[in-house]
Amino acid sequence: MEQLLQHLVNGLVLGGTYALLGIGLTLIFGLMNVVNFAHGEFYTLGAYVAFAALAWAGVHFFVALLMAIAVGASLGWLCEVTLLRPLRGESIDTTMLVMIGVWIAMQNGELLVWGGVAKSIPHPFPTAPLVLGPVAIAPLRLFVLVLAAALIAASWLLIQKTKLGRAMRATFQDRDTAALMGVSIGRIHAVTFAFGSGLAAAAGALLGPVFLAYPSMGDLASVKAFSVVILGGLGNLPGATIGGLLLGVVEELGAGYISSGYRDAAGFVIIIVVLLLRPSGLFARQERIA
Amino acid sequence: MTRAGGWLVAAAALTLPLWLSSAYHLHVAIMAGIFGVLALSLNLLLGFTGQLSLGHAAFFGIGAYTSALLTLKAEWSFWPALAAGVALAGAAGWLIGRLSLKLRGAYFVLVTISFAGVISLVSVNWIELTNGPLGLPGVPAPELFGWSLRSKTAYYYLVLAALALSYMVCARLVRSRIGRAFVALRENEPLAESIGVNVTHYLVLAAVVSAAMAGLGGCLYAHYTRFVSPEVFLFTYTVTMVVMVVAGGKGTLAGPLVGAVLFTALPEALRAATSWQWQMLAYGLLLVLLVFFLPRGIVPAAQALRGRGAS
Repeated sequence: MEQLLQHLVNGLVLGGTYALLGIGLTLIFGLMNVVNFAHGEFYTLGAYVAFAALAWAGVHFFVALLMAIAVGASLGWLCEVTLLRPLRGESIDTTMLVMIGVWIAMQNGELLVWGGVAKSIPHPFPTAPLVLGPVAIAPLRLFVLVLAAALIAASWLLIQKTKLGRAMRATFQDRDTAALMGVSIGRIHAVTFAFGSGLAAAAGALLGPVFLAYPSMGDLASVKAFSVVILGGLGNLPGATIGGLLLGVVEELGAGYISSGYRDAAGFVIIIVVLLLRPSGLFARQERIA
Repeated sequence: MTRAGGWLVAAAALTLPLWLSSAYHLHVAIMAGIFGVLALSLNLLLGFTGQLSLGHAAFFGIGAYTSALLTLKAEWSFWPALAAGVALAGAAGWLIGRLSLKLRGAYFVLVTISFAGVISLVSVNWIELTNGPLGLPGVPAPELFGWSLRSKTAYYYLVLAALALSYMVCARLVRSRIGRAFVALRENEPLAESIGVNVTHYLVLAAVVSAAMAGLGGCLYAHYTRFVSPEVFLFTYTVTMVVMVVAGGKGTLAGPLVGAVLFTALPEALRAATSWQWQMLAYGLLLVLLVFFLPRGIVPAAQALRGRGAS
């Protein structure tokens, strides 16, 4: 029982960052109809920006996180404006191929810049775990969980309560009608891509210090983000949040009780099983297999 | 391609070892042949039915592991092991085809990626069978009527025969009723269905043939490098196949071959100048540029150019 609680806590820490990844991807996928295979690369980017900011510049952890979000969002914006905007109206396969190209280019660019050796990101937290009754949690992990929750709440407020968020929701529901009502679709797309990429970078900056930063870390992050999107349903923010937490917990339980070698299989299995049995996601009503 | 051009290419391919003096160049030719089989296989799905599989490295790896394990552990000879590798890869293709027959576009892509991911994790973790990350060294070279095909020249002809076979299978398939059904599905699925094309049947068929062909490529690779490790499941292989097909011209018969030769020879030529990372970086950028400037690929572009010159 105590072990179970411990696994649940560890799973929630992972799941919080998976939710951030998933929210970013579900917005991009749902709103822009772009299958963003480069999503994990923004996660990697965030981790390396945090590494540079913390290990070289020695700034505060919060500043490093903000820098990661800023760099991720700027590059995402640039990506949308230069690559995706000219292809708007093309088929989903066309943009998918472009994003596969971006993924490969970014990953190998990172490999060239940072080298293949994994880097450990320094952080200011004490390593002695906090013991809360039956569970122990490292202060860094607690901090990651709290910040992830804060970022998720901020995203939700942005989507639900601001004018920009309303325009985004309108674009998701019906692009043409939204455009007729005076929503600038180009701007909404750029903002959405920048926002999603910023969230992915935030997830990388948060989870990077917990594990290690290495150039191919984004591959698994992409898979996890996609499995979260598929669990939660397209463009569904609460769905992505629950899906992310669920994936984190399932991974942790699988690693704890079945086999740690197959930890990363959870994301793959979720994708296959959910797509085959309930392709509209666990929390969605509409069909979306076509 | 005109008939004369086809004969010329065939003659050049048959006499290649005579005028390629160095073993290194022959090695590049063998790799181009293996990738030619793989590119043809991916093109059958991506080019003709319009379904992108990003899990083709899984079928490649299943072929490679099956024939390596059967020859090493069960001491089968090469030919039955090859047949088993092709059959098992085809069976995996059938499974994926059956399971994902309702999924299209991005969702099909995700299922294929996930399938490859699971298979790759199995190859790393099922150490009793696969020897884990250390891989299986000493995969035997094939023999034919007691003759070892160990020399590069002999292996070149083996690969060439496999490539010719794959090409003929593709050509026969796409020029038949079946191929027309594939294209009809790609162009307009509801319309094709309305005139009686059995969608499930044809998509599963395409997946099986494509996967079996990728398995053939895997067997040839395993017995050529004589070493198999979980690296055969690397996503790099899938990406290379995609780049070859998209660059050469998806939905054409010659396109994947042109792409395979080009993208095996080009990186080798660049190897002296640049590192592997730069090559992959260039691959990524090239894929983006191709979509923007040569969306249909080299072969269709060349055909259009020639057509314009003739008229």
